[in-house]
Amino acid sequence: MEGTLPPLVQEAGIPLHEYREIVRLLGREPNRLELYLFKVMWSEHCSYKNSRPLLKLLPNEGPAVLQGPGENAGVVDIGEGWAVAFKIESHNHPSAVEPVQGAATGVGGIIRDIVAMGAWPIALLNSLRFGKLDGPEGDRTRYLVRGVVEGIAHYGNAIGVPTVGGEVYFHPDYQDNPLVNAMCVGLLRADELKRSRATLARPVYYVGSKTGRDGIGGAAFASEELSEESESKRPSVQVGDPFMGKLTLEVTLEAIRQDLVEGVQDMGAAGLTSSLSEMAHKSGLGIELNLDRVPKRETGMNPLELMLSESQERMVLVPRPGREKDLETLAARFGLDAVPVAHMIAEPVFRVVARGQTVAEVPTHALADAPTYVREGQENPAIAQQRARDLNGLPLPQNLEEVLLRLLASPNLCSRAPIFERYDHQVGTNTVLVPGKGDAAILRIKGTGRGIAVKVDANPRYSKLAPRLGAMHALAEAARNVSVVGGKPLAYTDGLNCGNPETPAGYFELSETIAGLAEASAALGLPVVSGNVSLYNEGPSYRIPPTPMVGVVGLLENLEHRAELGFQKAGELVVLIGSPEGHLGASEYLWVVHGLEAGTPPAPDLAQEARAQAAIRELIGRGWVKAAHDVAEGGLAVALAEMCLPYSLGATIEVRSQARPDALLFGEAPSRILFTVDQALLQMAVRVLEQHGLPHQILGQVGGDRLTILMPKQRLEWSVAALRKAWDAPLREVLP
Amino acid sequence: MKVAVIQFPGSNCDQDAVWALKLVGLEAELVWHTEKNLEGFQAAILPGGFSYGDYLRAGALAKFSPVMAEVRRLAQRGNPVVGICNGFQVLTEAGLLPGALLANTNLHFTCKDVYLRVERTDLPFTTGYQPGQVLKIPIAHGEGRYYSDAETLERLEQNRQVVFRYAPPPSSAEGEADGYNPNGSLNDIAGIVNEQGNVLGMMPHPERAVEGLLGYADGLPFFTSLKQALEAVGA
Repeated sequence: MEGTLPPLVQEAGIPLHEYREIVRLLGREPNRLELYLFKVMWSEHCSYKNSRPLLKLLPNEGPAVLQGPGENAGVVDIGEGWAVAFKIESHNHPSAVEPVQGAATGVGGIIRDIVAMGAWPIALLNSLRFGKLDGPEGDRTRYLVRGVVEGIAHYGNAIGVPTVGGEVYFHPDYQDNPLVNAMCVGLLRADELKRSRATLARPVYYVGSKTGRDGIGGAAFASEELSEESESKRPSVQVGDPFMGKLTLEVTLEAIRQDLVEGVQDMGAAGLTSSLSEMAHKSGLGIELNLDRVPKRETGMNPLELMLSESQERMVLVPRPGREKDLETLAARFGLDAVPVAHMIAEPVFRVVARGQTVAEVPTHALADAPTYVREGQENPAIAQQRARDLNGLPLPQNLEEVLLRLLASPNLCSRAPIFERYDHQVGTNTVLVPGKGDAAILRIKGTGRGIAVKVDANPRYSKLAPRLGAMHALAEAARNVSVVGGKPLAYTDGLNCGNPETPAGYFELSETIAGLAEASAALGLPVVSGNVSLYNEGPSYRIPPTPMVGVVGLLENLEHRAELGFQKAGELVVLIGSPEGHLGASEYLWVVHGLEAGTPPAPDLAQEARAQAAIRELIGRGWVKAAHDVAEGGLAVALAEMCLPYSLGATIEVRSQARPDALLFGEAPSRILFTVDQALLQMAVRVLEQHGLPHQILGQVGGDRLTILMPKQRLEWSVAALRKAWDAPLREVLP
Repeated sequence: MKVAVIQFPGSNCDQDAVWALKLVGLEAELVWHTEKNLEGFQAAILPGGFSYGDYLRAGALAKFSPVMAEVRRLAQRGNPVVGICNGFQVLTEAGLLPGALLANTNLHFTCKDVYLRVERTDLPFTTGYQPGQVLKIPIAHGEGRYYSDAETLERLEQNRQVVFRYAPPPSSAEGEADGYNPNGSLNDIAGIVNEQGNVLGMMPHPERAVEGLLGYADGLPFFTSLKQALEAVGA
């Protein structure tokens, strides 16, 4: 075995040292099928072998946590007997080669994860990253945007789960490798939480669509860099069927409601292999699968194809003793297959039987415990140079009024309505704050006065220039967005998207990102309860910036007290929490106006962040504040313009500072929140800010149909109609 | 006063319809599409969604569901039958309402608020509205462009069978007047009734517009009108 690789190992693409480890674990050479079982289960996508040691740094416990990482999704308690399950998951590589189906099955997969916890899915969010819209590469980007949006709409709309929020960001480094992460939130009774467990001798049922030759080896494909040959991996992309997905969902949840099942598991990445071996491993048992019983869509499928297929809309259900027939009857009502394909055994092995013969037999712990890697990371020196660039000599633009219009019309700041109008964001009649109306979406919990706020966020420019700071900002900002609508953040899910961890720069970015998240988690008291790691996101020319997509769920105990982002009442005063002076480093302004991606992102003060969020929640909770907005990319001027748009209501603002005008208007800084308050309540509101030790300024007053900003040496003015015109158009051209 | 909300495989606004009916104090029950008996129900709602995945054509397969014979019987007896969104598509496919719903002129699914003008206030679904009242109700569909041949269209207009028409927003702060018709429907048609006035189909979702908490109130009179009409018959 020294020197050259056995042909089989070469074919499977397994590193020699991992092959030796497999031989050691088995005590013999694996056969071809067994080797492939290891290949998919030891892929980064299934095993987290590069990220697991780092992920241990993240806090995952808290008073609201009912289920932390390790199950199909995390679950938090929201009171009155209710809980929410949520998780984010990536579907980047499939979406790069087949955007419609890649995105659609990403949505389908994350919905099944939520259903597997026994939760009714009530909301979808997504986080998308694409390359350039301009220049010769723009055509491919537009093709991908249209395809991905169509895929999300196709699946989410039909299955009847509202898409209530999301974010999209364009950056050249996503040119080779777009990102498509989908998050789902589900509602359940806290005492009906299900896990991926089964007891000895129980039959294990396969429920849902039949198995075909689609998505074969998808998990492994997700764990490689994209290349010119990736187009030929189209068969690795699964095909989604939201209609079957809906029926599978209904059968699963009805079976749980009728208390027919003891364990539930989604059949997602690595299909039968992953779902059954993981369930057995978590149950401390073994499992014997009979491939002859697996419902098949096509004839002549061999064991390898059956084991690696990622056909969609399949679930694993373990009936309670004596309820097998009830489960079969229920599935038959919906026209679905429900077949006992396996049973739990005492010997802790994953045994696969076909035509009466054992075709694979592997210890379950061997599949579950992939080797882990701790590598040496090193920053790409070019990034350090970009960060060190001196921005003091930056020329000041002549026309600052025009600059705001340019920013509003730039791809990362313009209206997202052309995207979210294609998603049904109201089915289920729980959406209190629809997309475009608030910094986070709000969903009510029927039968209670409670609601949840949800938001997913990440700033790739910050993360590119300073991965650790970028990750801290991502969590801080997602939590801030939840707080400014009135929600108390409870926990988060993280979609960590990075480049190849086997390169020093890629590993540096991954480890710094997780370190930043860990620091912000601890400082803000927010545990992670679920997540996903997607590595190898790079192609021939570009590696993505580290992109930690953070999805925060928060609680509103009294839905009456909530805020949206738009100015609503003329005469109210506009107050800023934080300083009016922003930083130009890593800002969107620097990129859009000066074509520069340079400097250091602002350093977050996490203690002040926590106080700012607590203060705005208190102001909203007392019923004093109905309009609040996070000051993010584009700075103060863009945030003010955004507050004018929802109700076409302007404001007059005065900014007193000797700082550079562009830093005042467009510079970025963390922990800043704009809100409005009635004059009669101003004193009390200010007292709350003082009690929390927060810097603040009263900036001006809501009213009229223009936004006016008075600066020490100039007066800037825009009609709200002109702001809207600039902001509305750009994505309409991509998605007419 | 019991209303059947028909559940086809792939329906997804069924629970929302039940919620809205119960909110106004009507009894509502989900009825699976294989049911062959609607005895005891005074009205039926065919809810929105993607019945049978909208494969073949929106609403085209649902018309073969066993329950449709009973829906037809209810309609013939003069009981209120409502099709919302996909339910409207099913009613036209089943021949209970004239015309067809084609792909939106923008060729994609669109979810947003639209404004509707109420053209009839003498129907079991509209007595709670003022003539000419403009309502804000959300839409969520990809195939909502009402189409019929010229003769049918003229008959619809002459018989005053157009109940709801897309209209410009009442003030410019609430949106732009241009493009107020979201899907290219002929004569801005958003909802119609049959000649007898008891079978109504509409693309917008009144069941999503019954609570101030969610930002709407204009769908509520639709359901209170229905309740009144059923009580009047029941009394």
